[in-house]
Amino acid sequence: MTSSRLAGRTAPADVPGTEPAIVISNLRKTYGRVVAVGDVSLSVADGEIFGILGPNGAGKTTTVECALGLRTPDSGTIRVLGLDPRAEPEKLHPLVGAQLQSSALPPRLRVAEILDLYSSFYFDPADVTELAEALGLADKRQAFYRSLSGGQKQRLSIALALVGQPRIAILDEMTTGLDPQARRETWELIEGVRDRGVTIVLVTHYMDEAERLCDRVALIDRGKVIGIDTPDGLAARVHGGKRVRFVPSAPFDERLLTGLPEVRGLERQGRHVIVHGSGQLVNAVILTLHAAGVGARDVELESASLEDAFVRLTSRRPEDENGANQR
Amino acid sequence: MNARWSLLPESTPRAAFGKLVGCEARLAWRQPVGLVAGLGLPVLLLVIFGSIPTFSQQSADVGGVTLFNAYVPILLAFVIAALACLTLPGTLASYRELGILRRLSTTPLPPPWLLAAQVVINFAITVAAEIIVVVVGILAFGASSPKNPGWLVLAVLLSTAGLFAIGLTIAAVAGSARIASVIGGLVFYPLIFFAGMWLPQAAMPGVLRQVSDYTPLGASVEAMQDAIQRGTLSAAALGVLAGYAVVFGALAVRTFRWE
Repeated sequence: MTSSRLAGRTAPADVPGTEPAIVISNLRKTYGRVVAVGDVSLSVADGEIFGILGPNGAGKTTTVECALGLRTPDSGTIRVLGLDPRAEPEKLHPLVGAQLQSSALPPRLRVAEILDLYSSFYFDPADVTELAEALGLADKRQAFYRSLSGGQKQRLSIALALVGQPRIAILDEMTTGLDPQARRETWELIEGVRDRGVTIVLVTHYMDEAERLCDRVALIDRGKVIGIDTPDGLAARVHGGKRVRFVPSAPFDERLLTGLPEVRGLERQGRHVIVHGSGQLVNAVILTLHAAGVGARDVELESASLEDAFVRLTSRRPEDENGANQR
Repeated sequence: MNARWSLLPESTPRAAFGKLVGCEARLAWRQPVGLVAGLGLPVLLLVIFGSIPTFSQQSADVGGVTLFNAYVPILLAFVIAALACLTLPGTLASYRELGILRRLSTTPLPPPWLLAAQVVINFAITVAAEIIVVVVGILAFGASSPKNPGWLVLAVLLSTAGLFAIGLTIAAVAGSARIASVIGGLVFYPLIFFAGMWLPQAAMPGVLRQVSDYTPLGASVEAMQDAIQRGTLSAAALGVLAGYAVVFGALAVRTFRWE
């Protein structure tokens, strides 16, 4: 199964003429005998929202830390905006805003003092008042960090990642600890930031977040990339992606449909016909039947979700190696 | 091991350092453990030593001055060592433990600036504490005035540089406030022994005295003693202190880790 045909959204990394924002090639990082990252290669296009998905301990955070120059890879190369993060951190850090897990701020500093301090690290910072407002922290400006709730701390951390008006924002478990309302508001904020041309790398294990926000996602498991595609494309890799179910108005020759490039299989359940496939499956099926003078009633479309892909690709890998593992 | 940061990268606004020091000062004020320890401890020791009757008698063991006068340079050095080994490393180590350094690690803030901000804050406390020791010593307990105040200031500055560099090296690597206080203590107590806290240098046997001359606090006490009691500059002792400042200063910057 080729993935490019399945892609519902365009994959910006394939657009010629634009320099990728991040290129990671054959990254490997071990801690003693523990292999945190075995072999990760990925490329993040300028201006896209790129998701890094994977179970806990898959190597997502280590990958991101290497991209920021906080860890030295055992092997492999990393270029972020054309810079080597280990060799030129002082050129890179003004251009990349990042929010990492298990980071904190001094308990006895006030929100306004923290925003003021962090904005002083950059020559052209964002307006901290606007930023605090956008992240729902406007009425917390005089509060001490230690008095903030988990969600407020998280939002402050996101604010600090954006305060330098970065070209790339790397957000690790951005919405962990946020209530549903705050999550949605944060998603809107991130979309707004992307619309201003900022490249965003989202490390997450929330499938709905990745489906909603990401142009493309890399699925990482046990230190290896097991798939990079659009969320739809990745979803389509498990059990044939889409299924169309309908009742035909008249008998028809099954080869009419099985010959289509979008169709992978066809089965019958009583009056119902179920067609498995991918891409613009509904269109292809309906138009082909229509051309043959056959109508379709009670049409239903089911498609695999990113979550299905995540579960299938990460936990059943040994058996599914041939079908699912593209690498 | 570290990514290569220069001391003054062009990509970081200079004003950031002022803001950082401002925040550190607020934090020191809001949780004044270092302030109280740094300023309270020397006063307490002054009062104790000043109240012991035998301390006001001249003693041949310490070179013919009163015991109290012999202890003034030791107290001055003690204050610097306490702030350098016990207070200074704790702040950065606790930042490391809490993840505060991890949060900063992704910003354009160069690690040496973080170390420097700690130096500025603790240096201010040191200066205040040293002034208290000298002034209270003279006014309340009849210590003799320094014969050469200029050389004393120089001796205090170089002692601070040498001792703070050692403290910064602990701060650069200690993974938690607890580890920092253990390492700090392991460094602090031998240092104040060689400074003559329990056995003044003049009373030390030959070998011990020679070792003491090359320890940072031994050199510090010697330089301050010479400035206070004789009004002379002890170049050798100041050289030892400058050496510690350079070696450990570089080591602190090179070994600094964010977590």
